[in-house]
Amino acid sequence: MLSPESLAKIDKEIAKYPAGQKQSAVMAALRIAQDELGWLSSDTLEFVAGYLGMAPVAVYEVASFYNMYELAPVGKYKITVCTNLSCTLMGADSISAHLKSRLGIGFGETTADGRFTLKEGECMGACGDGPLFLVNNKRMCGCLSSEKVDQILAELK
Amino acid sequence: MANEVIFHSIHQPESWKLSSYLATGGYEMLKKVVTEKVPPEEIINQVKISALRGRGGAGFPTGLKWSFMPRHFQGDKYLVCNTDEGEPGTFKDRDIIRFNPHQLIEGMAIAAYTMGVKVGYNYIHGEIWEAYERFEEALEEARAAGFLGDNLFGTDFCFNLHAHQGYGAYVCGEETALLESIEGKKGQPRFKPPFPASFGLYGKPTTINNTETFASIPYIIRHGGQKFLELGKPNNGGTKIFSVSGHVNKPGNFEIGMGTPFAELLEMAGGVRSGHKLKAVIPGGSSVPVVPAEIMMDLTMDYDSIAKAGSMLGAGSVIVMDETVCMVKALERLSYFYFEESCGQCTPCREGTGWLYRVIHRIEHGQGRAEDLDLLANVTSNISGRTICALGDAAAMPVQGMLKHYRNEFEYHVEHKKCMV
Ligand SMILES: Cc1cc2nc3c(=O)[nH]c(=O)nc-3n(C[C@H](O)[C@H](O)[C@H](O)COP(=O)(O)O)c2cc1C
Ligand code: SF4
Repeated sequence: MLSPESLAKIDKEIAKYPAGQKQSAVMAALRIAQDELGWLSSDTLEFVAGYLGMAPVAVYEVASFYNMYELAPVGKYKITVCTNLSCTLMGADSISAHLKSRLGIGFGETTADGRFTLKEGECMGACGDGPLFLVNNKRMCGCLSSEKVDQILAELK
Repeated sequence: MANEVIFHSIHQPESWKLSSYLATGGYEMLKKVVTEKVPPEEIINQVKISALRGRGGAGFPTGLKWSFMPRHFQGDKYLVCNTDEGEPGTFKDRDIIRFNPHQLIEGMAIAAYTMGVKVGYNYIHGEIWEAYERFEEALEEARAAGFLGDNLFGTDFCFNLHAHQGYGAYVCGEETALLESIEGKKGQPRFKPPFPASFGLYGKPTTINNTETFASIPYIIRHGGQKFLELGKPNNGGTKIFSVSGHVNKPGNFEIGMGTPFAELLEMAGGVRSGHKLKAVIPGGSSVPVVPAEIMMDLTMDYDSIAKAGSMLGAGSVIVMDETVCMVKALERLSYFYFEESCGQCTPCREGTGWLYRVIHRIEHGQGRAEDLDLLANVTSNISGRTICALGDAAAMPVQGMLKHYRNEFEYHVEHKKCMV
């Protein structure tokens, strides 16, 4: 189900916690699985549950509680725009509008070619760099202008 | 006095590397307390003298919190750092782990020595992956150099520290939700008591502090609590990192003495964006009541001064708004946030945050009713003080602040179905 590299990463996470507390690694395991597979299917959740010795329902509860896990397929690039107050004061509305018109989709939608998913996010703890978005939960792009957005979109093949 | 305690080397190239930290005397204080076996009481006493108050928002005295840990308890105990900052307007802890991660590690190791703890975790906000990776690298460096691990400096002191990444849940910043999250569960806050000092991570005695709190410790040990205290003002010791965002020319983090006038901080942030004038400030993150410009310009930046003005210093997250801001729209966005982030355990919070958002949404969209303002006040008083954690209060306070100072804008919206600004 998961590559040996991903399993090795999960093992490294398990080692952070006391013996008998493998469940503590569930958040990291889900993150690692999602990085490899793009999203978390129920098969993936069950696999993670088996790997950590947890009940599948306990893994599902975690996957559905935290916003950054995807329980349905998303585009190759998921762009999550912060629209909270500081970012809005600093221009998030026009960045969102620009993204929507460039990609031809609204929040919560995926482009027909499966390349981009656009999401609205909550505070990312980087307000000084607003307006900003996050690509695939990892790459934060801040101090955005329309030109900068175009540049970044062009890089995301 | 700017950048005295934490951001002292922020402008050095690769300030986050172990070699840079060592060049400024890094880890000397850890070595000193461990090898000279400085009595833990003495360390706690210096932290008490320093008047260091928790930088995560509540401002609880750190020395007092540390004294609650059962020091002679023989079983496992844990130390946890809260780097889950997700309160709108707050972005200081990210810069601490990006630019000076070793000072946090040293502060945590000194705390672990003081409280007799062998294992610690740093819980890092999910969205700041690059900062998380950098912190992991710093941990590797510290382990390789013998500042983390077993039998440090040839003594019997052991301290192992790990990073745990959050994945998008504001409520996990609440300390007991954070513990649940490390245990691999949904981040739902626990009833208190019992407090973490007796029943914390895995049910063991645990101390939780904010990133900035721990990162202040090496300075206090080196220079003494009194020197730290004098960087600020009585009961409000030290420097504080203020995160300034919104309508300013140079948003960013500014580490300055507690008690610095707000006007000076605003100037450091480049002033209000050109051609505009200050309307209001949210001085401590989205959860605290708004303060109008004319009051704010007379305040100093410390817990006591901001509290006297009816608001709170919180985590020092300053959101600046100019005259173009519609307060109804601003509050609508904040109320959506609390509605979205409520964990749903308590009825007053789950239902109340939904009500607040829906009512403010309809006022903003021209469908408000005359009785809505009273309804809002009612809902907030039904939430306040009736919930398991403080997220409920955090949702209520911005509404109360806005209604207190900008009621006329809400009335105008209801009456004219449009905005007055
Ligand atoms: C909803 C909510 C969110 C919180 N978020 C944070 C946070 O992101 N970082 C933090 O340090 N404390 C946060 N706190 C406060 C913590 O519960 C706790 O008081 C703090 O981490 C203790 O550390 P300190 O005494 O050093 O401030 C939050 C509290 C609540 C109720
Ligand atoms: S106050 Fe809200 S967030 Fe806190 S425990 Fe209750 S429902 Fe959850």
